[in-house]
Amino acid sequence: MEHIVIIGNGISGVTAARHIRKNSNKEITIVSVESTYFFSRTALMYVYMGHLKFEHTQPYENWFWEKNDIQLKQGFVEAIHPDTKEISFTNGPRMSYDKLIIATGSKPNKFGWPGQDLNGVLGMYHKQDLEKLEVLAPNNKVCKRAVIVGGGLIGIELAEMLRSRKIPVTFLVREASFWDGVLPAQESEMLNKHIREHHIDLRLNTNLKEIIADENGRVSSVVLAETGEEIECNVVGLTAGVTPNIDFVKTAGIALGRGVKVNRFFETNVANIYAIGDCAEQEKAIGQRRNIEAVWYTGRMMGETIAQIICGNKTAYTPGHWFNSAKFLDIEYQTYGWVFSEKNKKENEAYFQWKHPKEQTCITISFDKNTQQFLGINTFGIRMRHEIFDTWLTESKTIAHVLEYLADANFDPEFYKMHEPEIIAKFNRENNTNIKPKKKSWKRIFSKS
Amino acid sequence: MKKIKQTGLIVFLIGLTFFIGTIFIGSFSLKQNELDTFLQEQQYKSTLVKDALEKAVVNVENLNIFEFSSRVRAAYATSNQYYDARIAQFSKEKNWEEKGKQYQYKISGKPHSLSFTLAKKAGKGLAAENTALMWFLTFGLGILGALMYIVPDVILLGKPGIKNDGIFLNAATNRGWIGWFAFIFLVSFYILLYFYPDFIVNWVFLVDPISLSISGNPGSQWFLYGFLYCTVMTVMAVRMYIKYRHNKYQILRTTSVLFFQIVFAFLIPEILVRFEKPWYDFKNAFPLDYDFFFRWNLEELLSSGGFGLFILVWGTVLTVVIVPVMVYFFGKRWYCSWVCGCGGLAETLGDPYRQLSSKTLLSWRFERIIIHAVLVFVLVMTGFALYTFFSGASSVIGIKTQTIQDVYGFLIGSIFAGVIGTGFYPIFGNRVWCRFGCPLAAYLGFIQRFKSRFRITTNGGQCISCGNCSTYCEQGIDVRAYAQKGENIVRSSCVGCGICSAVCPRGVLKLENGPENGRINPTEILLGNDVNLMELVTRK
Repeated sequence: MEHIVIIGNGISGVTAARHIRKNSNKEITIVSVESTYFFSRTALMYVYMGHLKFEHTQPYENWFWEKNDIQLKQGFVEAIHPDTKEISFTNGPRMSYDKLIIATGSKPNKFGWPGQDLNGVLGMYHKQDLEKLEVLAPNNKVCKRAVIVGGGLIGIELAEMLRSRKIPVTFLVREASFWDGVLPAQESEMLNKHIREHHIDLRLNTNLKEIIADENGRVSSVVLAETGEEIECNVVGLTAGVTPNIDFVKTAGIALGRGVKVNRFFETNVANIYAIGDCAEQEKAIGQRRNIEAVWYTGRMMGETIAQIICGNKTAYTPGHWFNSAKFLDIEYQTYGWVFSEKNKKENEAYFQWKHPKEQTCITISFDKNTQQFLGINTFGIRMRHEIFDTWLTESKTIAHVLEYLADANFDPEFYKMHEPEIIAKFNRENNTNIKPKKKSWKRIFSKS
Repeated sequence: MKKIKQTGLIVFLIGLTFFIGTIFIGSFSLKQNELDTFLQEQQYKSTLVKDALEKAVVNVENLNIFEFSSRVRAAYATSNQYYDARIAQFSKEKNWEEKGKQYQYKISGKPHSLSFTLAKKAGKGLAAENTALMWFLTFGLGILGALMYIVPDVILLGKPGIKNDGIFLNAATNRGWIGWFAFIFLVSFYILLYFYPDFIVNWVFLVDPISLSISGNPGSQWFLYGFLYCTVMTVMAVRMYIKYRHNKYQILRTTSVLFFQIVFAFLIPEILVRFEKPWYDFKNAFPLDYDFFFRWNLEELLSSGGFGLFILVWGTVLTVVIVPVMVYFFGKRWYCSWVCGCGGLAETLGDPYRQLSSKTLLSWRFERIIIHAVLVFVLVMTGFALYTFFSGASSVIGIKTQTIQDVYGFLIGSIFAGVIGTGFYPIFGNRVWCRFGCPLAAYLGFIQRFKSRFRITTNGGQCISCGNCSTYCEQGIDVRAYAQKGENIVRSSCVGCGICSAVCPRGVLKLENGPENGRINPTEILLGNDVNLMELVTRK
């Protein structure tokens, strides 16, 4: 029986294992050093915040793996040996494979800052980071201030975590406005304001120069690059993005870029070795997607696809329309299709924007100013229906169509106030159009086109 | 603000201490003429009981409720034992005529209930005489303190949104020592309420004036329970309003359960009594209202003229027509988390404990076995009751209808629904009864699962498997197991509280009533992935 070895039990590796099991009776082993059982990495923050216990982050009960005949092996893979089709561990005997799937995800970026390896410096990625944070910052007596370096999604999550225990936080963001490489200015500025409302000391246009230790080698302060200001702190969180976690692959003769280079079938240049998830780098980008996508659902989709490939149904990976979501403190964010920030949008892309006069609710719709084709939407504080937008994107609907039927796409809980009429009124004013909002229709929503 | 909150906690604890302390105060004794009046009202034929009670409680000084209760119970026991002995003797002598005569002298009723009735007449002291003051020191301080503890959250919780920080780090909500104390308090309360009402007679004195003003009668322990229930729900509803002030579904739902509890379960029945109509809660549907078809209830309704007949028809139509039709259109949530009293308490007092329900597959198995067993039990019992009512026979296939009714009342009505159902909130979560026991929930569940427009829609591929939905599901449904597969949640046990949707950080879940077609949508590949792959899977 073919032995499939998967290195990494994150969402990619586990999805691959589950779907291979559904479609075959191959021998499956998942190797991990981080934790025995699969957990949701995105939920680690909630454990520190006391919303969940660690066991709640595990989507499957512990008996699941044995019942589905998926072997779990704890160990740190030291190297891959393609010639003998084996992997070796830092201790214990080698393991042989017939097919190997590398799904080791990412690790936090470190840009060579002085002091970046001191005691008190951590990323927020692995289960071990959570355990470390619990020791370093159990409360605001032990940790009097934390400094977070890097204004992305993990940075703001770490800030939210620390604030849940009333720990003062200074948040260093390189850009002129939070996440403005991704978000339009309207939204980025709203988030700046929201971050500050949560009593987070947000420092824009600010870089880290160095981290300074006390006499015991523990973090005592950071120094800022621009001003030379020194900020006393006990914990430094490095959240300036992630990079593929592939050090152990380097000796195997597998082609690497920033990640493990793969084609649309997740094949590396070495036979029987595949890579999926955050650590895989597409040789050619797919649509406007990045070559490396460190996103939960792409990891899952790659797992679904490779299972088909491994089980003899050779299928190219073709992710559909881009979508994503996040939560910034109290504000939920969803996006469908492509909305680029002012910095990155192309000449033909125009915005239609609406913002609630009081609440932190806003949308940006991106459309082609020549053809009026709908390109994408960002919503803050409004939930939208994935399926409807996916259909509209596939059918290349115009922005007028999207607005007219916007109520169909609303996914807010029942009885929520709908903002569609105000949104459409604003569009009509700005564009001298006369779009009339259609009432929500179950028939349209649930008709599979 | 923090100071107000802390003061509130102290005030609440003082109120609670007074409340518990009230049990032990006062003295109980009767004057000769009071006892005579009482005996006349009761029309006991036993002469022994008069002497026994006289000796026990007339003109005796300084009896607390426990001494009083034990003397009264002993007095009744003396009388009953005497006639029991006579019955046994005549039985031996085969003197059937004399034996038969003895039964009229026996006094029926549970000893602690008999003692309660007399204690209501015999009570002296602060609770019975200085009721307003004592009400303020117990209920008053409790309510005031609780509100002082809760209301500052408007500011302290920060901006509106999901505020679950520290729930699993807090001894009150993570089965810590405060949770265990709350558990002991609640369980003790229910045991006293159901089985030792005389011990809490002082509490009943506190609500007597309120009872008099509504129904015109002095209160019973059930009036106390109803009043306390409404009070607790109201105070904890304020907490819900603040915690979920960004969420209109939660606000409306909380208002609805509060309205139905106060108006339908509390005020209307008491007012009916004032107009000499049967006490009836118009929203309490059979089989949750398990004694609706019991002989005594049917007889009472049938003897209450047109109004009684109306209740009989309404109660039947409610269960047979209204309940299932509404479940078809809205799911069982319209009852369980918008109308029901048990649900109402669970969604207010119980909300802080929702995360403690077990999500394992094993508990789901237990749940299905137990809740359906209770449904079968109640249906068989009702069959017996109706058969007995129409045929006049007191037993069916050798089993006494009365016995099966008593067993159900004790095991299910009192122990399961009360002591375990509410007492175990701080340990097993806030829907123990609704999830494992309620036969009405089981019935609604069948309809919701097989013939309803209600579902929780999963939003395509947005789920990140974080587990907030499952953790905060009070019914122990592993919501995530469906959401992460892109499947809608269609489960018989879902009461539609809407918290899974509220706590989801990615906007994945929405409770809605849509067309039946496509309501259940098993998917292997989630939306977003390669279209051909999806087609391939659906074709299979």
